[in-house]
Amino acid sequence: MTTVSTPPTVAHHHGPPTTFISKYVFSTDHKVIGKQYLGLALVAVTTGMVLSWYMRFHLAFPDAKAPGLGTITPEQYLQLMTMHGTIMVFFVLTTAPFAGFGNFFLPLHTGAEDMPFPHFNMMSFWVTLTAFLVLVAAFVVPEGPPLAGWTAYAPLSAVGSGSGPGEGTGQTLWAISIFIFCIGQLLGALNFICTVLDMRTKGLSLARLPYVTWAWFITSVIGLIAFSVLSSACVLLILDRVAGTSFFIPAGLVVNDRVLTHAGGSPLLWQHLFWFFGHPEVYIAILPGFGIISTILPAFARKPLLGPRVMIGCMAAIGFLSYTVWGHHMFLSGMNPTSAMGFSVPTLIITIPATIATLLWLGTLYGSKYRFTTAGLFCLGFISVFITGGLSGFFLAQPSIDTYLHATYFVVAHFHFVMAVAAIFGIFAGTYFWFPKMFGRMMNETLGKWHFALTFIGVYAVFMPMHYLGLAGNVRRYSSFPAEYMGQALPLHKWITIAALFTGAVQLIFLYNLIRSRFAGEQAPDNPWEATSLEWSTQSPPPWDNFGGRHLVVSHGPDEYGVQSPRGDYIMQTDPP
Amino acid sequence: MTRTIAALGVALIGTTAWAPSAPRATLAGSVTGTITFTGTPPKMKPIDMAKEPSCAKQHATPIETETVVTGPNNALQYVVVYVSAGDQGSETPTTPVHLEQKGCQYIPHVVVMHAGQSLEIANNDQTSHNIHPLPTKNPEWNKSQPPGSPPIVTKYDNPDFIPVKCNVHPWMHGYHIVLATSHFGLSGNDGTYTITGLPPGKYTLTAWHEKFGTMTQDVTVGAQPTKADFQFKATPY
Amino acid sequence: MAKLFAALVAVITIVSTGIFVARTWWLPPDISVVGPSIDSQLVETMVAAGVLFVVSQLTLAVFVWRVSDEKKERPIRRFPGGATPLVVLATALVGVEVLTLSLVGSKIWYNTFLAPVPANALKVDVQAGQFAFYFRYPGPDGTFGTPHPDKIDEGGGNFFGLDPANDIDARDDIVTAELAVPVNRPVLLTMHAKDVIHSFYVPELRLQQDFVPGLVIPLHFTATQVAKTEIVCTQLCGLGHYNMKTYLEVMSQADFDKWLKDQAAAQ
Repeated sequence: MTTVSTPPTVAHHHGPPTTFISKYVFSTDHKVIGKQYLGLALVAVTTGMVLSWYMRFHLAFPDAKAPGLGTITPEQYLQLMTMHGTIMVFFVLTTAPFAGFGNFFLPLHTGAEDMPFPHFNMMSFWVTLTAFLVLVAAFVVPEGPPLAGWTAYAPLSAVGSGSGPGEGTGQTLWAISIFIFCIGQLLGALNFICTVLDMRTKGLSLARLPYVTWAWFITSVIGLIAFSVLSSACVLLILDRVAGTSFFIPAGLVVNDRVLTHAGGSPLLWQHLFWFFGHPEVYIAILPGFGIISTILPAFARKPLLGPRVMIGCMAAIGFLSYTVWGHHMFLSGMNPTSAMGFSVPTLIITIPATIATLLWLGTLYGSKYRFTTAGLFCLGFISVFITGGLSGFFLAQPSIDTYLHATYFVVAHFHFVMAVAAIFGIFAGTYFWFPKMFGRMMNETLGKWHFALTFIGVYAVFMPMHYLGLAGNVRRYSSFPAEYMGQALPLHKWITIAALFTGAVQLIFLYNLIRSRFAGEQAPDNPWEATSLEWSTQSPPPWDNFGGRHLVVSHGPDEYGVQSPRGDYIMQTDPP
Repeated sequence: MTRTIAALGVALIGTTAWAPSAPRATLAGSVTGTITFTGTPPKMKPIDMAKEPSCAKQHATPIETETVVTGPNNALQYVVVYVSAGDQGSETPTTPVHLEQKGCQYIPHVVVMHAGQSLEIANNDQTSHNIHPLPTKNPEWNKSQPPGSPPIVTKYDNPDFIPVKCNVHPWMHGYHIVLATSHFGLSGNDGTYTITGLPPGKYTLTAWHEKFGTMTQDVTVGAQPTKADFQFKATPY
Repeated sequence: MAKLFAALVAVITIVSTGIFVARTWWLPPDISVVGPSIDSQLVETMVAAGVLFVVSQLTLAVFVWRVSDEKKERPIRRFPGGATPLVVLATALVGVEVLTLSLVGSKIWYNTFLAPVPANALKVDVQAGQFAFYFRYPGPDGTFGTPHPDKIDEGGGNFFGLDPANDIDARDDIVTAELAVPVNRPVLLTMHAKDVIHSFYVPELRLQQDFVPGLVIPLHFTATQVAKTEIVCTQLCGLGHYNMKTYLEVMSQADFDKWLKDQAAAQ
């Protein structure tokens, strides 16, 4: 493609922000917003991980007193689980790789000074933060947080406090929080799409965009549709809970010895709406990871990505197909069994672009001069864990096998490998890669490598055994296992708990590295990795207007590595043709 | 003269100061009676505790539902008889009322207390229970009680007739009866009940059964124990 | 570090695959007519996934090992053939596997959920509610009484809300807390939910189906061996979800008839 956009102009801008508030708090600078999102994600992931420690502690030692909580009751376990899932999926996996890094680097990748709607962008962070605060407020209301899972199936989530502790105020706060979250993400997605389409600098055709920028673009398009549907579903849920409507509640339900007066609703309607969002959501979580790996791997392999157009095509295909598969979460839900086959086929077909992408990464690794930095290692780790997570999906995509494996730990293993491990590895890779550019300092590579090695071992130790539990029929979302049921599984649960606590502790190395490097790390040059994309042709960290007023001209693709040039073995995008 | 008056005055004061006060208990009367039924009561069903083996094995023969518990000679158990009018007032007892969860059953099936009186609920089973009262005049609550945890200590501030269920074991049902008076009795398996501590006077008694409703009767309490029987109409369904 | 990573990948791959192959934790033996076909589908998928797992992870390990010496000077080598053979390989390999599994799988799925129910199936009505399952056999008259939500009295043992006073069909319904079925006879369950979504899962039958409030969902199966297995709830339904279970007892026809008579007497 040789379409060229006109030089970017921001509507009008004043000089750099001067007050503390406008520089660090209510900032319209996409770089600050990106860091704010990353900060929120860090707080969220710590919270979510601590919640999971309590869950794992209870599963391994059901009668023991957990520090600070005492003996965990069945409802407390489910409340921990609900908040763990909600916080991790929304406030970690949708923020960090997409809103966090995306906000910081997308305008840099397009050579722009900022996004076209900086105030919307600022609002998107503050709206997202508000959503987070509304959600964690559920911890302090009298009955506590909801217990219906992050999936909040109706009628359990729709009938109010009768169905369980936390299903009163807690569940309403949950629905309001998610609704607010959707608004925040829609505001962000708008900016991303417009920046990619309208704000590319001279010579930067769409084909020359870095892969991660493509990933953010595709993710934004997926997000526009998905979050719109989810926000509507949340409104309907709130109405059922507080306004006496019956979107999801049929007639004749008896909850707590009382016959409810609702009538005419359908619990399956919630599931369809939720999963129509929910499946694309998991691709929103992983596609930026695809993009990050596709961008970082060539930089450390010192050779271009194998099959650049194919990779972009794979990401776009996954994005498109993500809308055709939602029913695979509902094979046994009571929907017409015939439709199960209709959802199974595209679910199996989506393995094709995912497989191709994996092979392209492996093909890029082949014959490379790989630089095994921490970021480079996390890219390789991503490939391994994504293969593992993707293959377990193969089983669940077939309805006849799902009949056995549905709602067992096999599913828990699958989604944790692709989301909690692969997507997080993508975030780690991005952090180690971009930290120097964001903060002007290098992270400690020794600590980074320890972090990588121990985490890689840890995640396999935690999540691989869950496949075995699932094959043995161990049901998920149980707060404990009575001795006569799954007694043989208990030793494995103890192993998983210890591995999880170990892996959690290892993250302290990362946290320490992050904080220490921020203040005392070695000064970073403009381009420590000898990388090619536009962010590396400015200072570390970039000045407030990104490129110091320069209007860049791009003459090269995003991964020209392994070529002879005055620089060495690479050509930057802004180098002369 | 003055000395006589003074002496009489001292004697009077002394007598009143030193004379023991007449104990009210010896002056209080009691009401006793037998609760029976006519007609055919519904058949109680055996409870299959299949889902909770640790409780199922505690009952060699399954226990039966307790909606209508009858005794010899058409006696009716678990009828609460209490003073609903004429009461001079009573204090909230300081001793707690005890309720036990054992063998996945509420023991006793009906527990009666004064408003504000402490209720202690113990879980003596190997499984978790989640006790859930469904009051109309008090705040609703439910609480999980894992095995081995200490008794739940609670109270109800307002008179109420509260069905109680266990969220985890659907067959576990009972009643917490909260009254404004401490003058009440609960009929045993022989149908008899006793209310003590009633000063002489006219009272209205109400008898309440969870399935057969309420009946009232006026009584006059004197020095001798008063008799007040109730007979409920039982129907099979 | 690179060699360590390659070694870790290889070791993790081999150990975890070994545990799968050794079936240290595995499915319980199946006792259902559809069991063998589901199990063979599962094993076939496992073999395909296992081969892909081992090959791709070891390829990663080998590739990393081969480029692990950062100091060695060597030319950059492009993957032979470029991207095209990989695209073709992935599409063909995965495409064929997908097609095969879908075709075979759809037949099994049909047999489990879409095939017509045999006429001699034993009918059992099932109700799932927070937090127990109750079953209802139609009794000698062969018809089920109408359930009335407002008449449910769990303390009194009327879990279905039957009205025997006014509903003749309800008078001989047999309500039980366990599901007993005769061996080798089709059973048709009609599933209702009292309050929220629950699910019916018997691993040994390889069978699972949600109960959905507002829907009556038919589910049929045929058990092939005398056994006592658990039925557990697998759809999060509230705080008692972990303890929502009962038992399936597959009995000989004679034992089943006696059991049903005993249950009827206890009504």
